[in-house]
Amino acid sequence: MSGNIAIKVEGISKSYKATKALENINLEIKEGEIFGLIGPDGAGKTSLFRILTTLSIADSGKASVNGRDVVDNYEDIRRTIGYMPGHFALYQDLSVEENLNFYATVFGTTVEENYDTIKEIYSQIEMFKTRRAGALSGGMKQKLALCCALVHKPDVLFLDEPTTGVDAVSRKEFWAMLSRIKKSGVTIMVSTPYMDEASLCDRIALILNGKIIDQGTPEEIRSHYRNRLYSVKGNNMFQILQILSPLSGILSCSSFGCECHVAVDDNGPDEKSLLATLESKGVTGCTVERINASIEDCFIGLS
Amino acid sequence: MENREKTVIIKHLVKRFGDFTAVNDISFDVHKGEIFGFLGANGAGKTTAIRILCGLSKPTSGEGTVAGYNIRNQQEAIKKHIGYMSQKFSLYPDLKVWENIELFGGIYGLSDKQIAEKTTKMLKALSMEDARDMFVRDMPLGWKQKLAFSISMVHDPQIVFLDEPTGGVDPVTRRNFWKMIYQAASNGVTVFVTTHYMDEAEYCDRVSIMVDGVVEALGSPSQLKERYSANTMDEVFTKIAGRSIREE
Repeated sequence: MSGNIAIKVEGISKSYKATKALENINLEIKEGEIFGLIGPDGAGKTSLFRILTTLSIADSGKASVNGRDVVDNYEDIRRTIGYMPGHFALYQDLSVEENLNFYATVFGTTVEENYDTIKEIYSQIEMFKTRRAGALSGGMKQKLALCCALVHKPDVLFLDEPTTGVDAVSRKEFWAMLSRIKKSGVTIMVSTPYMDEASLCDRIALILNGKIIDQGTPEEIRSHYRNRLYSVKGNNMFQILQILSPLSGILSCSSFGCECHVAVDDNGPDEKSLLATLESKGVTGCTVERINASIEDCFIGLS
Repeated sequence: MENREKTVIIKHLVKRFGDFTAVNDISFDVHKGEIFGFLGANGAGKTTAIRILCGLSKPTSGEGTVAGYNIRNQQEAIKKHIGYMSQKFSLYPDLKVWENIELFGGIYGLSDKQIAEKTTKMLKALSMEDARDMFVRDMPLGWKQKLAFSISMVHDPQIVFLDEPTGGVDPVTRRNFWKMIYQAASNGVTVFVTTHYMDEAEYCDRVSIMVDGVVEALGSPSQLKERYSANTMDEVFTKIAGRSIREE
C-alpha cells in the first residue's frame, strides 16, 4: 500500500435547511485501501458520498479525489470513479447484459475491453445475462451493480451501503469480493451501518449525527476505548440488563447476542462485585469476564 | 409446550409461482407470547411465507391459521387481527404524531373514543406527551421506531409481524427497540420477527432458518448452537444458509 492520498476531505460542512447533515468533516483516505464509513441511517454517510462523487456541493470546506477538486474538476472525477449508490442504480427494464453495456458505453469503453476487471463477479451472474434487472434477487442485483460501477476500470470506487438488507452469508461473500478488487489497486470507500464489517476495512471513520466521532484502523479505535468492559453471560439476558443498568458506576449495559456487555467507569464495580450483585438478586449461574472493546462497544461508548 | 396456546399453526405450506417453488412444504407453530425469529438468506422464501401469514397471498397448498383465522379463506380477518411493521415503511412523515395514531386507529376500526384513550395511553407509555403535535418527519429515528411499533399494536393484535425492524439503526436504538419487543412479548403478544443481525437472533425464544424454500432448522438459539457445534448464531446461520444451492 502506498502512502499517497486518494481522497482528501477538509472541513466539509453541509446543511439542508435547518438540518446539519455534515459538520466539519476531515478525512484522508490512502491509495489502495478499503476505507469504511460506519454509522446508522441519517448519520450523513450519503451526504458525504454525494459531495465526493460531485453530485452535491458542500456549504464550506473542500475535498479532492485523486488530487482533483470535487468542484473545479468534477468532470475529471466523474470519469475516473465508480459509484454504487444505496439504491442500486440499475435500469429495471434492461437485461443484465444491457445494463452492463450501457454503463460501459457511457464511459466510452466496452465490456470486452475491461472484461478482466469484472470477470470474477460477472461470471457469477453471466448465466442470467438475458434476465431483466428488475427480476433479479437482491444478491444478484448487488453483483450486477458492482460490475456496472467497475466496468470502466475506475481508480476509486464509492460504495454507499452495498450490504444493507443483505443476509449474513451474502454479506461475507460481498466483502470477500471487495478484498479481491482491492488487490487490483483500486481505492475503495464504503459505507455501512453494520458495525461487524468495520474489522474488514483497513481504516474506518465512525460517523454519527453529521460528525466523525473517531477514525483510524479498527485496532486503533478499539485501543481508544477508555472504560473497563465486562462480558456477563447468563440464562436470562433481560433480567441481567434490568439488574445491572441502574447500578452506580455503570455507564452502559448492552446485549451482544448471548452476552451482556457492561461498561464501567473508574469507580464502578469489578467482576466480583457484579457477580455478587446478580447473585444477591437471585440470578445464579452467571459468568463475568473482562473483555476488550469491539467497534460496536466503541460506538456505543461515543454515542 | 403442547398445551400452550398457539397463535400461528402452519402445516405443509407450499407456494409456487409457475414452475418455481418459492415455499416448499413448511410446517411450524408459534406460541402465544413467543418471540419467533424467522431467518433465511435473501431469496430463501421468507417474504413469500410472511405474505401468506399476513393474509396478502394464498398458498398453493397447505393449511394454517394465524390468530385463529384460516390462511386460505379468512384473509381479511387475518389482516384485521395482526400488527405489521417494517423499517422501510411504517408511519406517514407528513402527518403529526397524533394524526398517525388516529389514522391507523381508524383503519383498524377503533371508535373515536377508543382512539382518544389509546393516544393518551400510548404517548404516556412512550414518554412522548410533548411530541403529540410534532411531525413524524422531524422526529429522531429512535422515537419514530418506537412509535411505529406501538402504532402497529394500536388495535391490540395477538401477533405482530416485524419485518427487519432494526435495519440501519444505530446500536443503542437497536437495543432499546429489543427492550420494547421483550415488553410486548411479556404482555402476551406474539412477536414474529425477521432480521439480518445475527446477534438479534440470539434474543429470540425460537428461531427458524429457511434455505431454498424449506425450514432447514428450527429451535431455541441454544439448541441450534449445540446441534451445529457453533458458538454463535452467526456461525449457525453461515453453516446452514451457506449450503444454499438455489441461485436466489
